Amino acid sequence: MTGIILGAAGLGLLWSVMTIGVFLTYRVLDIADLTAEGSIVTGAAAAAVIIAGGGNPFAASLAAFLAGAATGLITGLLHTKLKIPALLSGILCMIALYSINIRIMKGAANVSLLRKTTVYTEVLRLLPSAANKDMAAIAAGLLCAAAVCAAVYWFFGTELGSAIRAAGDNMKMARSQGINTDNMIIMGLALSNALIGLSGGLIAQYLGFADVSMGIGSIVIGLASVIIGEVLFGVKTFRRTLFSLVCGSVVYRIVIAFVYKLGMPASDLKLFTAMTVAAALYLPKLTKKWAKRAKGGGGNAVG
Amino acid sequence: MLSVEEVRKTFNAGTVNERIALDGVTFRLEEGDFITVVGGNGSGKSTTMNAIAGVFPIDSGSVRIDGRDITALPEYKRAAYLGRVFQDPMMGSAARMNIEENLALAYRKCRRRGLGWGVTKKERGKYRELLAQLDLGLEDRMTSRVGLLSGGQRQALTLLMATLNKPALLLLDEHTAALDPKTAGKVLALTEKIVTENKITTLMVTHNMHDALRYGNRVMMMRDGRAVFEAAGEEKARLKVADMLEMFEI
Ligand SMILES: Nc1ncnc2c1ncn2[C@@H]1O[C@H](COP(=O)(O)OP(=O)(O)OP(=O)(O)O)[C@@H](O)[C@H]1O
Ligand SMILES: [Mg+2]
Repeated sequence: MTGIILGAAGLGLLWSVMTIGVFLTYRVLDIADLTAEGSIVTGAAAAAVIIAGGGNPFAASLAAFLAGAATGLITGLLHTKLKIPALLSGILCMIALYSINIRIMKGAANVSLLRKTTVYTEVLRLLPSAANKDMAAIAAGLLCAAAVCAAVYWFFGTELGSAIRAAGDNMKMARSQGINTDNMIIMGLALSNALIGLSGGLIAQYLGFADVSMGIGSIVIGLASVIIGEVLFGVKTFRRTLFSLVCGSVVYRIVIAFVYKLGMPASDLKLFTAMTVAAALYLPKLTKKWAKRAKGGGGNAVG
Repeated sequence: MLSVEEVRKTFNAGTVNERIALDGVTFRLEEGDFITVVGGNGSGKSTTMNAIAGVFPIDSGSVRIDGRDITALPEYKRAAYLGRVFQDPMMGSAARMNIEENLALAYRKCRRRGLGWGVTKKERGKYRELLAQLDLGLEDRMTSRVGLLSGGQRQALTLLMATLNKPALLLLDEHTAALDPKTAGKVLALTEKIVTENKITTLMVTHNMHDALRYGNRVMMMRDGRAVFEAAGEEKARLKVADMLEMFEI
């Protein structure tokens, strides 16, 4: 039992980096960016190829981050320079990435990292000898999530970060305040997908492989984590929100682990996640409706 | 100071929805002018402002500010010269950011945005003072999200943001139209105070003839995408609402 929870927590922490990336586009830029489905694999592929070639796993993780940034940059250029709607730009990039990801993996659909030196084998060497791979994942995931949260918190408090938030919040206002909104959107998309790429790189090292189809449904998992985190842990301040995103990712993984344990076939996972997100997106509207009815604002009220 | 020369703009050219919004509008403002602009719905008042602000490229003509031709500059670059307040109170500030962050965005309008803090301690004191002058109690809510403010409060804040770095030209597009009469009066009084104290060249669109005559030193009427009437100084002072309405009828 604890084994399941430890595994889920570790994986959740690694996914939390992706969740923060999804949050940046979905909440900060107000764009549903489907590039994520491809960029998570790009990160995984880039890291896996380097590690399989005997490269340093930390350098490989950095490469995953940079490769992810490049994918966001392309979506951003499609959207701002070619004026393709954001959703469609993301879809185009995602589809193109399918081919590119296979090229990164030198024509193969997957790369195995069996018995290679990964971030976790490195971390495991620093931990007491009783520790296992899941604990190494938790340690590495915690460290990474904390570092990403701190960096994101700092960045969005700077002048540049504020300008990106303004562009996502109110484009017209941002331009009238002299902000180059196109550049801000490109930067925001690049940053978001950089985090998603990094997350992909870390997940691949944990799973022991990169696979071209590992990204399918990842945007929905990211959204589910964002929403679960926001609802369960609150969004009072930005700091709180970041904490909630990490917790949301972990909770999602633990819930999934339990649902598996209860006997749900693995192939139903995506259906389950999609339904969770749909329900969670509808929830605020439903509660509003109820609040209205409770106030007696309904159409049938007779005075 | 501002010169708008023969500006033309046709929307949806070549389609059934073709609409000539500006048909050679021409006017000039001197340093310190406060001009009010009236005209029927669809006469091109907002389009004129948007042409000055660079919201869309114009078909022909030119816009110059302080002798510099800005016709080809993108919107975000022209912002350095302009302060803008829109008709919709939601349009002028970022709802999910707080009051001080919004002011800080405006404060950095003409500056490079780097990795320094988005709001510094020193600024906060300054913003608190400025907000206190609005007399709306906003100085005690500097970390509240702007989305929580009322329309009037947001419009007052937008006005403050638009004039934080004295702009070469202030563009006000029916900025009190969405407010209740009392709040509208307050925001207008505030507008006049800020504009006269800082001697800001201002262009204010309004549908209220009283306001058009009461405020500013010049008045302009638009029809069919052209400036059809102008009065300044003494001549404007002599104008009555009835005169304006009569001209409106033509
Ligand atoms: N983005 C646009 N696309 C198409 N047509 C437009 C656009 N903006 C304005 N127009 C048209 O241009 C004409 C001038 O509009 P404008 O908004 O400048 O009028 P206005 O004087 O501000 O009117 P109001 O008093 O109603 O605000 C109108 O016929 C309008 O329909
Ligand atoms: Mg208008």
